[in-house]
Amino acid sequence: MILELHEKLKNRETTARALAESYLSRIWEYDGELGAYLTILEEESLRAADFVDEKLARGEEIGLLAGIPGAIKDNMCLTGTRTTAGSKMLDGYVAPYDATAVRKLREAGAVILGKTNMDEFAMGSSTESSAYRPTKNPIDTSRVPGGSSGGSAVAVAADMAVFSLGSDTGGSIRQPASFCGVVGLKPTYGRVSRNGLIAMASSLDQIGTFTKTVEDSAIVFSEIYGYDPLDVTTAESDSKRFEDFLSSDIRGLRVGIPKEYLSDDLDPRVREVTEKAIDRFRSLGAEIIDISLPHAKYALPTYYIIMPSEVSSNLARFDGIRFGVPVDDHESRSAEFGTLLETYLDTRAYGFGAEVKRRIMLGTYALSAGYYDAYYKKAQAVRHLIRKDFAEAYKKVDVIFSPTAPEPAFRFGAKSDDPLKMYLSDIYTVTANLAGVPAISFPIGTVEEDGKALPIGGHLMAGWFDEETMLRAAYAFEQAGVSDPE
Amino acid sequence: MLTVDEVKHIALLARIGLSDTEVETYRKDLSSVLDFFHELGDLVIAEGDADDGIPIKTNDYREDTVEDAGTSCREGIMNIVPVKKDGFVKVRSVF
Repeated sequence: MILELHEKLKNRETTARALAESYLSRIWEYDGELGAYLTILEEESLRAADFVDEKLARGEEIGLLAGIPGAIKDNMCLTGTRTTAGSKMLDGYVAPYDATAVRKLREAGAVILGKTNMDEFAMGSSTESSAYRPTKNPIDTSRVPGGSSGGSAVAVAADMAVFSLGSDTGGSIRQPASFCGVVGLKPTYGRVSRNGLIAMASSLDQIGTFTKTVEDSAIVFSEIYGYDPLDVTTAESDSKRFEDFLSSDIRGLRVGIPKEYLSDDLDPRVREVTEKAIDRFRSLGAEIIDISLPHAKYALPTYYIIMPSEVSSNLARFDGIRFGVPVDDHESRSAEFGTLLETYLDTRAYGFGAEVKRRIMLGTYALSAGYYDAYYKKAQAVRHLIRKDFAEAYKKVDVIFSPTAPEPAFRFGAKSDDPLKMYLSDIYTVTANLAGVPAISFPIGTVEEDGKALPIGGHLMAGWFDEETMLRAAYAFEQAGVSDPE
Repeated sequence: MLTVDEVKHIALLARIGLSDTEVETYRKDLSSVLDFFHELGDLVIAEGDADDGIPIKTNDYREDTVEDAGTSCREGIMNIVPVKKDGFVKVRSVF
């Protein structure tokens, strides 16, 4: 899709302004209902589009992303723009600088249409925990779009952006991509700079992309990855264009199927779609190999110890002194005491929503004296075992395939009262974050429910820094179509 | 199940003010998630087993020098400060 638009811009069949205007008009028409955006940057995006058109008018070369309308999850800083991370705590926060990934997009000439809705501080699997508004799944508006990058997924799914950026700590790009029927890429940990991304769990967070096609995800990813002195966890690497390595020939590719991920309690409809997808890979000449990730069953509890521990530390800065507007006029307490401690307690009581408080407290508990060894230290040890599982698996296979989520998009309220039920949405995705490997979700089929065809995502993981092989496999699958292999 | 006092203690450590109803809700919620963690308790990890042999990247340090972020960045930061006085950030006394 991006290549096509790029050609049209180059051949002057359309202008960047016309493109931006057509996407903005879709946003004005549909986003009142869908709620994908928290901030719409009409003036700024038209100015960026005009800049590209002026370049073209002067006969200058433009890059692939120049003039292409995109959206940014609201936990990434964009200079001069409100950046809330979906929280009341940052309601008045206007970013004084660009996140590195955002700066790279702007330098590439991309037109940023707005900032997208998300679960508060990226904590959630449904975008229901946004402090501002729910985001609805465009395929069935009675259902959630997944989360936490629900707004970014819907912006692309409903053609309110050509691409968007999201962040993925335990599945927050891939699960909403699966629910909305788009392609969601979480690169290897260390590929994309986290500078300017509001931190959730620093050892797991990674910025990635939402697009309609695998080729587009390769194009956007090629623009944003690379070493950044402002994020010491980024890896040194050559600059390459990942779209150049895409090929529909995957004969001999070794696709691992972890038996732990296709257990008996998997939704039979999801299983059926997944098995058809495996057949599709086989018919494309890939070698299907059964593998085991013996510690996979420990991934979810491990994740739900490590992530909240990092959350409790990272979110300490939102205290009304360093970040967040202080609440110190709380009638019940501060009038009486008015101490610094009261400012902290009141600011955080008012500024954070229920899920954020829950995770901060879980992390505080896991890190507290007397429990540290049993929880945090144990979880770190299991994390190493999980990485070891992957290192072993990649001696036998090139990529690992499974469903992205155990079910299609669920209805609003279906899980919001039961945190544990919500956490189970991440069961297939968290391992990639714990191990740090790249992963992608792409549409592999649909299941019928109440007359709606709900998308199901397939999930591929590859070895560390081997996005190339993973994108190639997903691309070949996509080119072959999602119909039956016959 | 966590006790009311345990939840209040965690909330205080986490610097989150909780109402009495919230204490009850979190008592239930946190306990159910903590029970879920017990799955890890059954896993016995032998000495050295958790070493995955993957080298850990050491920290990069930069020179500890002052870098000028520029007027617009400085202004951008001062604009989001809730309380200012004479060009300084005003916060509650920590003493």
